[in-house]
Amino acid sequence: MMNLRRDVFQAIADPTRRAILLLLTSQTMTAGSIANNFDSARPTVSKHLQILTECGLILQEQQGREIYYQLNTQKMKEIAEFLEPFRKIWEERFDKLENLMKNYKSK
Amino acid sequence: MEAKTKISTEQDRQDLVITREFDLSVALLFKAFEDADLFEQWMGTKVLKLENKKHGSYAFETSQRGNVVFRANGTIHEFIRNEKITRTFEMENTPFPVQLEFLEFEKISEEKSKLTLHIVFKSIAFKNQLLQMPFAHGINMAHNRLEEIMKFLN
Repeated sequence: MMNLRRDVFQAIADPTRRAILLLLTSQTMTAGSIANNFDSARPTVSKHLQILTECGLILQEQQGREIYYQLNTQKMKEIAEFLEPFRKIWEERFDKLENLMKNYKSK
Repeated sequence: MEAKTKISTEQDRQDLVITREFDLSVALLFKAFEDADLFEQWMGTKVLKLENKKHGSYAFETSQRGNVVFRANGTIHEFIRNEKITRTFEMENTPFPVQLEFLEFEKISEEKSKLTLHIVFKSIAFKNQLLQMPFAHGINMAHNRLEEIMKFLN
């Protein structure tokens, strides 16, 4: 369980996994219905779900033949104690702005 | 190395402040917010409307496979070139209520400038909820990157 925190941040650093977490904010979903939201191959989405599950960010629940995924809100709260993920989003965005406008200037 | 982008907030407050210094003149920094084409590029979203004036409105959206996956809009209350923009920001079809944003642009030197983005939420609870879902605010980027990755994989 070493570096658990870092693993969680690595998990949400990936845009596909962020998109999956956002899909799960308002509902529980099956792997199939989650995959329908992406162009990527089903195994790619399964891999992302596996990583999110291992980090504890999402929980699985078996209902009949289907496995439903849901957000682990407790884990999300732990992340919120750190401003880092939110800061990173803006840092990446502003880095992009800076590079864009530097090129714009030199045109 | 010290982080360029800083965020400050207090547990008992319903607002937060994001600051960032840029190696750009304040005019270039402001232009990135004023020009729809440039805004689209760094925010990673499609600008549907951007009326840069008092009581003007704006809207942007991101689509995937022809489906809109994210939409946000707001109203501009103050627009003073190279100085400030005051606007509302609302993410559509999410539990988040509208938020109020104060953007201040400052000249540090000819080639350096500073942006201060002060966001006021409806409640402390909604501020915390957004921080729990930091990428909600950046979902456009997430989807754009996603498309890039998919192209790379194909």
